[in-house]
Amino acid sequence: MESASMEGDPLHRIEPDDLGDVCSGGNGGNGGNGGNAGKAGDAPPGRSRRSFFGVLIGAISAVVGALMAVPLARFVLDPVLHPAGGADWFDLGPPEQFAGAEPVRAEVTFRRVDGWRVSQVRQTVWVTRDAQGRPRVLSGVCPHLGCVALWNGERKRFVCPCHKGNFAADGARISGPPPRGLDPLPIKTEGGRLWVKYQYFRQLVPNREVIG
Amino acid sequence: MSEENSAAGAGGRPGAGGVRARLAAWFDERMGWQQLMRHALDEPIPGGARWAYVPGSGLLFVFINQVVTGIFLSLYYVPSADHAHTTVAYIQKVVAAGNFLRSLHSYGASVMVVLLMLHLAQTYVYGAYKNRRELLWMMGCFLLLLVLGMSFTGYLLPWDQKAYFATAVGTNIASEIPGVGGWLKLLLRGGNEMGTLTLSRFFMLHVFLIPGLIFAAVGAHVFLFRKAGAAGPPRPASELRQLRRETFFPGQVFKDFVFGIGLLVMLGAFAHGWPVSLGPVANPADATYLPRPEWYYLPFFQWLKYWHGPLAVLGVVAMPGLLVAALFAVPFLDRSPERRPLRRPAALAAMLLVFGSVVFLGWQSGAEDRRDPAVRAKLAAQEDAERQFAAAPFEPEESLGVRGGATSTAPAELSADAAKGSLLFESESCSGCHGAAGHGGGGLVQIPDLRARYSTAQLAAMLRSPRPDMVAGGMPPVELKDENLRAMVAFLLSPERTARAPAGAAAGAAGRAGGRDAEPGRTR
Repeated sequence: MESASMEGDPLHRIEPDDLGDVCSGGNGGNGGNGGNAGKAGDAPPGRSRRSFFGVLIGAISAVVGALMAVPLARFVLDPVLHPAGGADWFDLGPPEQFAGAEPVRAEVTFRRVDGWRVSQVRQTVWVTRDAQGRPRVLSGVCPHLGCVALWNGERKRFVCPCHKGNFAADGARISGPPPRGLDPLPIKTEGGRLWVKYQYFRQLVPNREVIG
Repeated sequence: MSEENSAAGAGGRPGAGGVRARLAAWFDERMGWQQLMRHALDEPIPGGARWAYVPGSGLLFVFINQVVTGIFLSLYYVPSADHAHTTVAYIQKVVAAGNFLRSLHSYGASVMVVLLMLHLAQTYVYGAYKNRRELLWMMGCFLLLLVLGMSFTGYLLPWDQKAYFATAVGTNIASEIPGVGGWLKLLLRGGNEMGTLTLSRFFMLHVFLIPGLIFAAVGAHVFLFRKAGAAGPPRPASELRQLRRETFFPGQVFKDFVFGIGLLVMLGAFAHGWPVSLGPVANPADATYLPRPEWYYLPFFQWLKYWHGPLAVLGVVAMPGLLVAALFAVPFLDRSPERRPLRRPAALAAMLLVFGSVVFLGWQSGAEDRRDPAVRAKLAAQEDAERQFAAAPFEPEESLGVRGGATSTAPAELSADAAKGSLLFESESCSGCHGAAGHGGGGLVQIPDLRARYSTAQLAAMLRSPRPDMVAGGMPPVELKDENLRAMVAFLLSPERTARAPAGAAAGAAGRAGGRDAEPGRTR
C-alpha cells in the first residue's frame, strides 16, 4: 500500500550492492526477468511467486472492494429506492357545496417528507363540473411554470397571473403559454363526501405525467 | 500487478505482445509508470519483510476507510447547529447502511489512534529515527497531532450531548494558555459560547483543512521514508549490511496487505455487530451533564483533574507542551548510532514511563468514575438516555412556514388599504411564490421587511417593473389598477405584516432556514 507517488525521485539512494542482490523485478527492457532476489539460500521470489502474490492481492482487493461497495451503494441510492410516501386522499366535504355555477376554490394540506425534514404543503384545487355536470377537481398548479391559476368571474375562465395562461371552466386550455389544460385530479365519492387525491404533474409538457 | 508488469515488459517492443501489452506500453511511454512501479515495489528492505512493520501501512488502509466513509457521510450531513443532530440521526436511523458507515467512520478513528501508537512505539523501540531520519520522524509526529486533531474536531459534529459537552471542556482547555488562551478559545468557538459557528469551524477543520494537511504530510512522510530507505531491524550498521535484502514486493506488501485487509474486516464486523450510538441533541442548558471524552483522551482528561489554581498553567499547558516538544526532539536527544533497544536504557525507560503514566491515568479515570456512586449513577443515566434515543424512531425536523400558503392574514388589524392589499396578495397569487403574507418558508421566496428600504412610490414602481434579478427569479410585473397597487404596497409596508411573520421570520431567520429570501444579501 505504499504510495508510489514518491518513487520517481531521482535522489532515491540505492547503494551499488543493492543492485546486485535485490530482485530487480526483472521488468526492465533489457531482460533479466525473474532475477534472483536475495543472497543464495533465500527463497527466490521469482516471477511466478511475484505473479501469484499480485493476483492474490488483486483478487482479495476485488472481493473486499465489492463487499464495501454494497453498503456504499445502498447508502447513496437510499432516497431513490425508498421515495417518500405517495399522495393521500383529501376530504373536500359534501359535493352539494360545489353545486354553484362557478368553480370553487378548496385547499388541501399535507405533510411533504423531504429527506430529514417535513414541511406542511398547502395546495389549491378547483372544484368545477364537466360537460355532463359531474364534479371535476382541477389542480390549481398551472402546467406552464407552476403558478396558481385563478378563477376570473367576469371573463368566466381561469387565468394564470404569471404569464397569462387562460383556461376554460372545465380546465381546457384556451390561450397563452401553457402546453395543456389544467390537470384533473382523481376523485371519488365516499360516504356522501367528495375526496380528491392530490398529485403533482410534470410542467411544460403537452401530455400529463404524474410525478408525485 | 506483476502480471501487468511483465505484460508491459513484453510491450517494450511495440507490436510484439497482445493488445494488453501494447496498451501497457502506450501508457508507459507517456507516464513512465513501469519505472514508478519498480521503484515502489523493489524498495530494498534490509533483513526482509516483518510483521513489525505493518502498522504504518495499516494506518494508510484505515485512513482510506476514513476518507471514503467520510465523503459518503457528507452526502446527508448538514453542519449547522439546528440540523446537524437531525441529519446524523437520519443517517443512523433511516438511510440504508447509514448506521454501518457511520460506525465504520467512528471506529476507524479509534483504530487510527491505536495504529499510530503501535507505529510510534515500533519506530521508537527499533531506533528507526536514527541515521538522518529526523525529518521523517518529525513528520510522523506532525501526523500524530493532525490525527488527534481530526478526532477532536470530528467528535463534535454529531452535536449530541456528549459531543457538545466534551468539546466545551476541550475548548476551555485552550483558554488556560497564558496570553493567547482566551483569544484562542474565542477563535476556536467563533464566539464566547459554543454554538453553530463552533460547529462550522470544527466542520471546516475536520473536512477540509486537517485532511488537506494530512494528505500533504503523508506524501512528505512517505517521500522521506523512501529517501532514507527502510531502516531494517535494530542491529549495528555493520551487521545490517550483512543481512539479506528483500524487495518490498511481494513479501512486505503481502504482510501489509493481509494486515490492512484484516483491519478493515475487523472494523466491518464491529460496525455491523455493535454499531455506534447517538445521544439526544445537545442541550446547552443542561448544567448537570457529565462530559467524558473519547477513550484515548481519557488520560489527558484525568491529568487535568490534578491541576488547579495558579499551577494549572504548568500541568495543563506547559507539561503537555514539553512532552510534545520532547517527542519531536527525540532524534536530537538520542543521538548515538546505537539502535538496539536494550543498549538504550534511558530511551526505553522514558518511553515506558510515559506509556505507563498514560495507561495509569486512563485506568484511574475509569476507576474514579466507578468509585463515586453519584457519578456512576449519573453516567449510567446518560448512557440510558443515549440508548433510548438511539432506539427511538427517527423524527423528521418540522420546517417552519407553510408552503403554497393561502392563510389569509386577519385584516382587522390592518388599515383599510392594507387589508385590501392583503386580499389582493392572495387573489393575485403572490402567496403562491412568497407564502402567506410573504413570509416564505418551505422553499418559497420570503419578502423581508421592506419598510426601511423603500418608500411607497419606490415600491410601487418596483412592483410595476421588477428588477432584472427578480424577473430572473420568476417575478412577473404586477398589473393592477393604481388604487389596487396602492393597497398592495400599503399591505407590503404595513408593520402588521412583518410583525405577524412566523417565529423568527421577522429577523430573517425563518426566511433563511425555511426558504429563500427575496432580497439576498440585503436582509439582516
